[in-house]
Amino acid sequence: MSINVIRPGLLATIQDHGRFGYQKYGVLPGGAMDAGAARVANILVGNEGHEAVLEITFSGMELLIEKDMMLTVCGADMSVTASGKSLPLWRPALIRAGVVIKFGACVSGCRSYLAVAGGFDVPVVMGSRSTYLRGRIGGYEGRALRRGDRLLVNSPGLLSERIQHSLYSSSRLNDSFAVPTWHASQFAIADSLVNPIIRVMTGSHFELFTKESQTDLLSQTYQIAVQSDRMGYRLVGERNLKLAAPLDLLSEAVVNGTVQVPADGNPIVLLADRQTTGGYPRIAQVASVDIAVFAQLKPDDRFRFEAISLQEAEQLYLESEWDMRMLKAAIKTLY
Amino acid sequence: MRDKGNSWSFPYELIALGDCAVIIRLGNEIDVETNQIVRHVSEYLEDRPFVGFIECVPSFAAVAVHYDPLLVRKSRNAAELQHTTIFETVCTRLKAYLSNERLTEADLPTRTIEIPVCYGGEHGPDLSFVAEHNGLSENEVISIHSAGSYLVHMLGFAPGFPYMGGMSEKIAAPRHRTPRTSTPQGSVGIAGNQTGVYSIATPGGWQLIGRTPLALFRPQDDIPSLLRPGDRVRFIPITSQQYMQYLEGER
Repeated sequence: MSINVIRPGLLATIQDHGRFGYQKYGVLPGGAMDAGAARVANILVGNEGHEAVLEITFSGMELLIEKDMMLTVCGADMSVTASGKSLPLWRPALIRAGVVIKFGACVSGCRSYLAVAGGFDVPVVMGSRSTYLRGRIGGYEGRALRRGDRLLVNSPGLLSERIQHSLYSSSRLNDSFAVPTWHASQFAIADSLVNPIIRVMTGSHFELFTKESQTDLLSQTYQIAVQSDRMGYRLVGERNLKLAAPLDLLSEAVVNGTVQVPADGNPIVLLADRQTTGGYPRIAQVASVDIAVFAQLKPDDRFRFEAISLQEAEQLYLESEWDMRMLKAAIKTLY
Repeated sequence: MRDKGNSWSFPYELIALGDCAVIIRLGNEIDVETNQIVRHVSEYLEDRPFVGFIECVPSFAAVAVHYDPLLVRKSRNAAELQHTTIFETVCTRLKAYLSNERLTEADLPTRTIEIPVCYGGEHGPDLSFVAEHNGLSENEVISIHSAGSYLVHMLGFAPGFPYMGGMSEKIAAPRHRTPRTSTPQGSVGIAGNQTGVYSIATPGGWQLIGRTPLALFRPQDDIPSLLRPGDRVRFIPITSQQYMQYLEGER
């Protein structure tokens, strides 16, 4: 079973939940930028949550499905079509051999996740199938996908086969695809992308910034700068952030969602392909549950930060994990 | 959120790094003693992980601990059930580790790794700048650089990239004002009082004085890095002919 890349679009890579246990050697975790959407996508096709998926950034990707297979698209809404017909997101879809899947313009968000039943068959490097572009490892030959690449798919597990079977016998199967009547679009974060608010905890160096800067961080509107990528997003605000006194810091660990402030006073939010350590002051930390929302913002998008406590962030994290488990259990019960 | 404590031999601070990690701050200086404590703490934790522990990231004077909040919460004991945050539970567990007298008992091996370097020429385009900047000849820079013994304090910045201490001030040099868009893998450079080796090709502003044929980042190996914190590094000058021979040998 395989998928043929007709057009790669702007940037498409294989990602999973990330590469853990090697940060002490400077190897960053990487993985899906919107890890929630990638996980939901896997669950919807009956995979374990950590299988490799395709991360599609902005528009332009076209894929030829070479054999009948079950897949799903979650995350950003890119007006996806299957042989010209609109393909609904956030639900499994049985796709017929010969169908071309096209990703069009971004309606909301900028990263789509395509999961196939069985997961993509690429080698595991240091415990993960994620592509680390700069290190040229993982994923599909350690690089972004190109025209003509053939993505191999592992054979689906039992749960996947049961979902697939029910779609085959569905009366809704047309010559391109079949989808069930149910969906998991409650996981879609599109609503959060209108006047987005990103919740943060104050960072360990927050109090070392001037009182004005502490207020500015949490009150001014920020815009995502063009020089933003999988490593991190640069932010532009009306007023730059200033330290109350010069500060000389030793490099130490940073994590996804760390908001650090280099000398120019424009914050950078570190994301999946960040370095493992950093030496800039950390003014804030994005709550884990909001990293997915943030990673769906595009250059020029505007948003505000809002402070929450660590206790609230933990509670939100737990609730999102429980939602994920509920979805998994529901699908197992259904099939 | 912060917490403080004293082990039997050193003070520390626990600082929340978001909702899935905590930093154990063990000092504020780059020195051999702090490096030893950092190594003891990270190795002790890795050998006896608590439920929910994911990984440790040691740095100059701190160890970050990444954890899975759900697993920590699930594995709470009777006393821990009283905690209002998962962070509090992690801190309680870490304090138990840090107050253990046996924490610093383990033998920490000191490995010495020799790194062959072809200095100057096409491999070290900034050797002449470093020499001129310090009023030395190129050969003097090479002999000072290769006479040193460098302590690997931490790995970071890029996979397998060592932050090393111990370079002579006599060959210190400022970074390039505008960083190169790409620096070849294996380049040996100087930035301020530091020397380092680029483990992968990446943009950077260091003054490049030579290049090693050895791979510092080894993604196919169980331990994907030639160097580890606590290692001692010595640079061995080689000719460009030897450089080519090494490269062929590695293949």
